[in-house]
Order: sequence, then C-alpha cells, then structure tokens
Amino acid sequence: MNFGFNEEQELLRSTARKFFDNECASVTVRKLMDGPEGMTPDLWKKMAEQGWTGLIFAEEHGGMGLGFVDLVVLMEEMGRAVVPGPFFSTVLLGGLAVREAGTDVQKKAWLPKISSGEARATLAWMEPSAEMGARGITLQATAKGAGFQLSGTKLFVHDAHTADVIVVAARTSSGRNPEDGVSLFLVPKGTPGMSVTLLPTMDQTRKLCEVGLKDVVLGAEALMGQAGSGWAPLARVIDRATVALCAEMCGGAQKVLEMTVEYAKIRQAFGRPIGSYQGVKHKAADMLVDVENSKSITYYAAWAMDEGVPEGQLAVSMAKAYVSDAYRRVSGAGIQLHGGIGFTWEHDLHLYFKRAKGSEFTFGDATWHRERVAQLVNL
Amino acid sequence: MDFALTPEQTSFREEVRSWLAKNLPKDWSDRMRVGSDVPRPEVYDFLRKWQRKMYEAGFMGLTWPKDYGGRGLTFMEEMILQEQIALAKAPPVLNILAIGMAGPTIIAYGTEEQKRRYPAKMLSCEEIWCQGYSEPNSGSDLASLQTRAEKVGDHYVVNGQKVWTSIAHQADWMMLLARTDTKADKHKGITYFLLDMHSPGVTVKPLKQITGDDEFSEVYFDNVKVPEANILGGLNNGWAVGMTTLMYERLALGFGLQVRLRIALDGLVDLAKRTKKNGAPATQDPNVRQKLAQLWIDTEVFKYTGARAITKLLKGELPGPEASAGKMMWVEGHQRLQELAMELQGPYAQLGRGSQWAVDGGVWQYSFLRSRANSIEGGTTEIQKNIIGERVLGLPKG
Repeated sequence: MNFGFNEEQELLRSTARKFFDNECASVTVRKLMDGPEGMTPDLWKKMAEQGWTGLIFAEEHGGMGLGFVDLVVLMEEMGRAVVPGPFFSTVLLGGLAVREAGTDVQKKAWLPKISSGEARATLAWMEPSAEMGARGITLQATAKGAGFQLSGTKLFVHDAHTADVIVVAARTSSGRNPEDGVSLFLVPKGTPGMSVTLLPTMDQTRKLCEVGLKDVVLGAEALMGQAGSGWAPLARVIDRATVALCAEMCGGAQKVLEMTVEYAKIRQAFGRPIGSYQGVKHKAADMLVDVENSKSITYYAAWAMDEGVPEGQLAVSMAKAYVSDAYRRVSGAGIQLHGGIGFTWEHDLHLYFKRAKGSEFTFGDATWHRERVAQLVNL
Repeated sequence: MDFALTPEQTSFREEVRSWLAKNLPKDWSDRMRVGSDVPRPEVYDFLRKWQRKMYEAGFMGLTWPKDYGGRGLTFMEEMILQEQIALAKAPPVLNILAIGMAGPTIIAYGTEEQKRRYPAKMLSCEEIWCQGYSEPNSGSDLASLQTRAEKVGDHYVVNGQKVWTSIAHQADWMMLLARTDTKADKHKGITYFLLDMHSPGVTVKPLKQITGDDEFSEVYFDNVKVPEANILGGLNNGWAVGMTTLMYERLALGFGLQVRLRIALDGLVDLAKRTKKNGAPATQDPNVRQKLAQLWIDTEVFKYTGARAITKLLKGELPGPEASAGKMMWVEGHQRLQELAMELQGPYAQLGRGSQWAVDGGVWQYSFLRSRANSIEGGTTEIQKNIIGERVLGLPKG
C-alpha cells in the first residue's frame, strides 16, 4: 500500500502550481469571470500545450493516457487558483462522455480535437426538475427517418455557450426502470433548433446555461452507442466528474486555509496576532482537519476510479458528501476569520466561497450522496 | 498511489483471519455486547488471557524489534492486523498503555538493559502499565506538575499525587513524570521514571466515574523509592521523553481508534435495524439514514486519513503533531455515534444495567457515558486544537 503521489505526480503539481501562478493569478481570474466565455484563447491554448486537455484520454486519441489519480493533482491546482473556463466541461463532461459512450468513429472525430484544445465540449443531462437520477431524463428523442428528433430543455449545462459539441441525454423509450431508455446524442454547435442561454450565476467563474431543443433533427450518426442504454455510461461520467470536482474543491479549501492562517499571523487585535487567540486558532485547526480529510477520501475515490474496484460508487458518494460539507465550512470559516475584509468584493475569499457553494450543488449535494451511501451499504 | 496488498501481506491477512476465526471465544460478543467501547472491570481477567493468547500466536508488537519481543514488521502489517480485529469484532488489547505508549518510548529512549527488561512483558501482558501524567492541578498544563522526586543516594524518593490514572489498580508499572529540578524552567526540570507500582508507599484509590465504574484512580506516592536505573531518557529530560510517548499514544490511537469506531458503528447499525420507528426499522427513517451514513463516511474518512499517515511512517518519517487531528476526529465521531445510539432508543435510553427493559442490557448507556471522557483523556480536544494550530499551522502561542 502506498497512499502518496509519485515523483511524476509531484512534478505535475509543481508545474501546474507555477503555471497558474503565472498565467491565472486572481487579477486574471477576475477579468475572465467578468466576460461571458470565462477564458481567453491564449490561456486555453497554453493549457492545451501542457497536455492537460488530453491528460486522461488515450494516446491513440491524442491524449496522455493518464488516470484519475494524476488528474486529481491537476484539479487540485485548478481549484486552488479558481481557474474559470471550460476545462471542466470539456474534459470531464463532454470529453469523458465521448470516451465512455461514443462509437469508435465518434471518438476519433472528437477526442483528438478535445485533447489538442481545438474543440470544446460539454454535457447536457440535468433538466429543470434538477433530479439527479435517471428519472430526471425526460427530454424526448423520437425516431425520425433514420435519425431522431429531440425536444425539451436542459438546465445547469456547463459552458454550453462556448462548446463546439454538446452531449445531450434524452429519453428514447420509457419503461418501468427509468435507467432503460436513456440515450446520448452528439449535438454540434449551431444545430438548427438548439438555443443556448447563458444564466447569471453566483459563482461567476463557472458559466451555466440553459439549452433548449425544439424539434432538433439529428442523423443516426449522432447517437452514441446503443439506443436506450445511455444511462450506464452517463452514470460513469458523472461519478468520475464528481471525483474531479472533489479534487478541485480540495485545492480550493487548501488555499482558503493557507490564506486564513497567513492573515491570522499578521492581523493584530488587542495588541496580538489574532491567530494567538484560541477562538481563531481552534477554528483554523478545524479547517485543517476538514481539508486533510477531504483529500484522503478524494484520493481514495480517484484510486477507486482508476482500479475499477466494486466499491467505486460508494467511494464517490462518500467523497462528495464529505467534501461538499467541508469546503462550505472551510470557505465560510475563512470569511469569518478575516472579518470585514473577507466580505469585500476586492478580497479573493468570495471567489472560493461561491465556488464551494456552487460545487456543493453540482452532481448531488451532501444529503443526496449520504442517501446513496445508505443505499450502497444496505442500511 | 496503491491500496492493494502484496502477496506476503495478503497471506499475513489470511493468517490473522483464520487464527481469529479459530480462537475468538464465541460468547465474547454476547458478554461484552456490541458497541461496548472499553474494557469493564469484570472482564479484565478475560482480557488478560486473551492478550496472552494473541502474544503467543505472534500478533502482539508487530512493529517492535525482534530483540525486544516484537516481530520486526511494518505498520502495514499492524494495520492489516487491526483491520481483521475490527472485522472479527475481537476484544481490545488490555495492556494498551504499555503497547501504545510505554513500549515504543522505552524502545526509543531506553538503555539496552531497559529495552531487554520491559517491552516483552508488556506484550505478553505479564506486566500491565499505567500512565502517571495528570495531577489534580496539572491537566492540560502538564508541565506544571508538582509530584517531586528527590535524589537520595542511588535512588530517588517520590512524593505527590497523580489522578485519572486508567487501570492503575491493575497495573504493575507506571510511566511517571516527576519534578527533579524545582528551580529550572517548568519544562526542563521533569524526569521520566519507570515506577514499580508494587513499591512501598504507593497507594491506589479508585475513583468512581460517571459510568459508576472505577476504571481509573488516584495514585498517591508517600516516600516511594525508585532506583536511579529506572530513569528513562536521562535526568531532567522527561518532557521530551513524555511528549514522544504522547505522539506514540496518538499514533497507536490512530490504529486502535479506527478499529473501535468501526466496531461501534457496526453495533449501532445493528441496533438501528432492530429498533422500530413509526412501525418500521429505524434505518428506513430518512433522518436516521442521514446520520448513520454520515457516521459511516466519517469512519471511512478516518481510515484513509490514517492510511496517509501510515504512508509517511513507511517512508521513514516520525509520527508528528498531525496525529492530533486523528484523535480529535475520532472523539467527535464517537461522541456523535453514542448520542445517536441513545436517540434511537428514545425513553429506553434511560434504563441501565439490571433492568430487563434496558436495551442490550444497558451497554449503550454505559458506552454513551464513557464517551464523554474521550474529549478529555489523552489531551483534551482544546489542547489538540492548540497543537494543530501552533505546531502544524504555525500560529503564534497565546
């Protein structure tokens, strides 16, 4: 057993840390989040040149062929810098959906472009019901000639407005088991009948959209894999994206802890650094415990994804439940211990606080995942 | 990163598993009942024999050097052993203060003679150890302790009092911190002694706890003679030696506590399944499910944070102040678990041992009450947070 990172992974960490310090400092983050795209072509290109957009994809598809334990390192650094933009949606949602559900032709068409940074992708699965399970997929796809016609609304879609292709989860048939009859489709940008609306969000570093489909006609080649059997790969994608999100949250929480400890060492009150008071010190200690535990369970979940162990789903849900609560607590405590300055727009803490809150509700909150844990351990 | 076991580790696990299956007394869990957390006085004799049996099978002191009665294995084997103990719901180790604290400290600081004299008898449970740290006026501020040891000829004469001394009434030896230099700075005038509890002048007065049991005691020293050869780690060096002990304590706790938390959780889940709420098993109640799932998650998280600490140890790093985090987590989780056990029982939670109506013979009430000590013993939660704040995060002292 070895519960640590290897030399290559440590190197990836220090490379990414330096990269984001130079290329995506908070002043840049603020510029990016003010714009609609959340990214500049230049920064996107540089990230792609590092190989990161292809990190988890196979070498035959232009990627680096690495695993989730490697990815965790990069995601932690991205969360630490609250990097805005479509990396998450392109790699962990759209890209991963193509990898998990796509035909060989579809993989060859999209994965090399995603790996190289040439194309951006996302996944539209959740609907206005905000239902996490397969029952939530109600957008209708009916047979039309050799292809399909899709109508319905998708909500909370990451970066749909900048995506070159959107993987849309739709229902091709209804049965007793809601997991049957879900199909995934590749819908390229500009497809007639598809409308994308950017939504105002609390976390401006993460862009969410409404995607409307009205009588969108797709050819048979848009279907990913077998009709009706899209739920299994979709669930795999969501589980894996959840682990990546947890890693991002760990990185953000770690940064909030560091900012807070530094501040508590220099900020004076009643003639002493505030960090010398137990009211502050003990809260900082609680933050450390939250951060370290978040890392432990996230690393374990990443390992479980790479190894395909039977308890993979349980690991994912344990991680998301724990980290959702932990990042919220840590980022909230960070603001509290900074006092008034922490409540200002000028200070970076709100970027983390809002990212924590947004992440909490992405891919199921702690309550949802605790219930899944209860089911998986037969309570 | 790899959680898989090597073939050798797998075969060690099988060895432990089959030995436990063969040797674990069948009525053990009935006698102690699920969820019980700490050896109660009535089972000391049983636990002494059980530890002896474990020792004879080669399962005590896995990480200790072979020369001193151990097996010279790594913390990985220790973790495997502890995991199997949890799965089998085997009894806890009675001589835990010796195994977890005194032994490693003697191995780290002892003379060759001390290392050959003491550790092996700890493992076999021939000699039980207690810890003489806290005093009536020195708890969290341990360095203010006042028990004195004065040099007279080739020995020291000890006078003073210790308190909250667990299993003192069963103990043969004590790790004693006593002041040997009253003029020095409070951290610099303390010496660590190995004290024979059977020496003339040692009086043990059991203290009745809120559980009604007297698991710990006051210990009085009235001109107790301790040979100079029983100093561990040098004169006036007791603070450093004592702190090593505490680091080992929290490390040992890290292994042991995770096991105890898992056993207690399994007991709690079993209780919840047996308990009816609104006509259905309590495990179907959404609120109970949430609480149980959170405890399940916290127990696993605790395990993996422990595994990260073990990885550091396997790479040759010493146990550090990070262990305080593990202790703190366990305390919080375990107290919450015991609260939930009471909540599940509702009004029945009030009934204790001796009532035919008491759930599981009242054992939950006992372990609930006992759990209140968790955030005090072995360093209060407040002290752990100071340690994390100051020694891990580098915040200034108050």
